[in-house]
Amino acid sequence: MPKITFPARFELLDEIRDLVAHTARDGGFTEKDIYSLQLAADEAASNIIEHAYLGVADASIDISCDMQSDLIVITMHDTGQSFDPAKVKKPNLEADLSDRQIGGLGIYLMRKLMDEVSYESNLTGNLLTMTKRRR
Amino acid sequence: MEITTQEFKHCDLIKVKGRVDSATAPDFSKALEKANNDGHFKIAVDMSELEYMSSAGFRALLATQRNCKKLNRGELVLVSISDRIREALELAGFTELFKTFDNTVDAVGSF
Repeated sequence: MPKITFPARFELLDEIRDLVAHTARDGGFTEKDIYSLQLAADEAASNIIEHAYLGVADASIDISCDMQSDLIVITMHDTGQSFDPAKVKKPNLEADLSDRQIGGLGIYLMRKLMDEVSYESNLTGNLLTMTKRRR
Repeated sequence: MEITTQEFKHCDLIKVKGRVDSATAPDFSKALEKANNDGHFKIAVDMSELEYMSSAGFRALLATQRNCKKLNRGELVLVSISDRIREALELAGFTELFKTFDNTVDAVGSF
């Protein structure tokens, strides 16, 4: 799986979304699913930039995006702060306006939009893997 | 992303064109904050030419809605939401937080 290194800056989100859209379109996903995949990748990359690399300049994210038969597999590897998704509280979608929390929304959307989302942290850094099957 | 604000008698119509993500959301927020800072709390956000919005944009909408609704001084409504963006807003549980309109005339007229 060829990996592309992106500077960990929000300005690169356009390119990251394009990479995912291109692969998904070639892979035969519907326009609706292509949008979902772009959004999930955006939320994932944004989280890495905002949290894993908080306060770090000149960081980068290695991203791969491939079709494996009818499955799209997106991976993002960073060398920033490790992250335990179990520690992120699920947003309360029933809360009224004043109580509505925004934190955790990105991960929540990723999990809803993708079939599987998994995190792995080790000495080389953090690896996020997201997959979605073409319908 | 392009933002234009039109001030009407009873509300501001803020049109956001293009894509709102973590890179462009700060500018989107700035436009919304400016309306509030100018004492305008009745806002219609025209999304007819909005191609894409991530949770960064949702955050900005939520913060502004809270501010607008404080002391019952107004609210933020959404206009002409595309199917893709509506689906994402629904997924995030946001659609119940905002009134929506199909066109700007109805939205502006509602204030």
